Amino acid sequence: MADTPKGILTSPIFANNPIALQILGICSALAVTTNLSTAVVMGAAVCLVTAFSSMFISMIRAHIPNSIRIIVQMTIIASLVIVVDQVLKAYAYETSKQLSVFVGLIITNCIVMGRAEAYAMKNGPTMSFIDGIGNGLGYTVVLLFVGFIRELFGSGSLFGIQLLEKVNDGGWYLPNGMMLLPPSAFFIIAGFIWLIRTYQPAQNEAAEFKICPNTQAKEAV
Amino acid sequence: MSSSNDSIKKTLTVALLLCIVCSVIVSGAAVALKSQQAANKDLDRKTNILAAAGLLEPGKSVDELFAQIKPRVIDLNTGEYTTAVDANAYDQLKAAKDPAMSKALSNSEDIAGIKRREQFATVYLVEKEGKLDRIILPVRGYGLWSTLHGFLALESDANTVIGLGFYQHAETPGLGGEVDNPKWKALWPGKKVFAEGSMSPELEVIKGAVDPASSGAEYKVDGLSGATLTSRGVSNLVQYWVGSEGFGPYLSKIRKEGV
Repeated sequence: MADTPKGILTSPIFANNPIALQILGICSALAVTTNLSTAVVMGAAVCLVTAFSSMFISMIRAHIPNSIRIIVQMTIIASLVIVVDQVLKAYAYETSKQLSVFVGLIITNCIVMGRAEAYAMKNGPTMSFIDGIGNGLGYTVVLLFVGFIRELFGSGSLFGIQLLEKVNDGGWYLPNGMMLLPPSAFFIIAGFIWLIRTYQPAQNEAAEFKICPNTQAKEAV
Repeated sequence: MSSSNDSIKKTLTVALLLCIVCSVIVSGAAVALKSQQAANKDLDRKTNILAAAGLLEPGKSVDELFAQIKPRVIDLNTGEYTTAVDANAYDQLKAAKDPAMSKALSNSEDIAGIKRREQFATVYLVEKEGKLDRIILPVRGYGLWSTLHGFLALESDANTVIGLGFYQHAETPGLGGEVDNPKWKALWPGKKVFAEGSMSPELEVIKGAVDPASSGAEYKVDGLSGATLTSRGVSNLVQYWVGSEGFGPYLSKIRKEGV
């Protein structure tokens, strides 16, 4: 099923999620998930960049010299990211101000590079494009999940709309400041991975070693 | 085929072509979108000036509202208006980095943590019926993580605060980032910068809440809880820019001339 376009599009969302299973692209997931609107824009940006970079790389894959293939991939990815950044600055100025350097850092997002190297170098442009969209969606799903929890409990709002009235504003809800700091994203991502692996036990990895039982203290003779 | 791909000639050709194509795309996007981006930046700056002065009205265009504001350049050393630079084209932050247009600050002078201070600054004046109504001063200074850039608006007595707002900072969301909280910003209007007859700034952000009954409550603003360093940064930057190193000479001139 993984070879049909539909399979390629949907499998990265839960079955082969780039963040939850491949553990790629964690860094930006920590930074842009304090509220949902930035998470949505960032997810869309990563989708587009992954899809188009995979497509372009796949188009010229037969001509890429092996010795400079990483540089070629990086150049294409970097150019696309700059274009996305410029477009955001022109048409979504407020959001681009909030995302600041993180749009530029899509270049270093391991998902984009990972898909280019693992998939686009071996498959046709259309399938690579779909694969890029699928992996971008997998990233977006995690971002939305984390962003939802962080914004709801950290600021009492969703998409900037106040749902839980904060104590500071005369309401009852005392925001959890921890949710606004990067460590909380780690916990939530870990929770997400736990959740997925509970429903898809096939994702559980075999233990690499066994922990010995505790040594029992004995009375000195 | 792979052997032909790895020849030096092929490698150089691919690299060269790729670079040309990519640079055309990147520079094309940058040039094509530049005017739109500049317009956004300009609109953002104007919106912030209006917001600090409390002149922002929903439903009215920013450009229309901004027409009542007159930018003037002053010499910070003397406090006099100057025509040495064009008020509409002058970029104050750029000048602050230019050694010919600015001076380095010593540690004791530099309470706002800005390192260099420019000689000329733009102030934005609102006039009503030919009389000065509001003065909007650009302010900036270091908080916890970042330099906070904003505007401080004063009434025509050059003493009463109308508002303070920041348009650019990178403080912790939810803690220092609460400088953008409308509830906190609402604490500023009505506060006094200077004590009667004195020219040294009194206005400060204190730790905890201000007791309205205490003496000097009009010079104190509540600190942000969980953001001691950002609060201190805001306090310092306000004191710096209204003090003798900042707009002090200019403000004292306005106060002497009277309303």
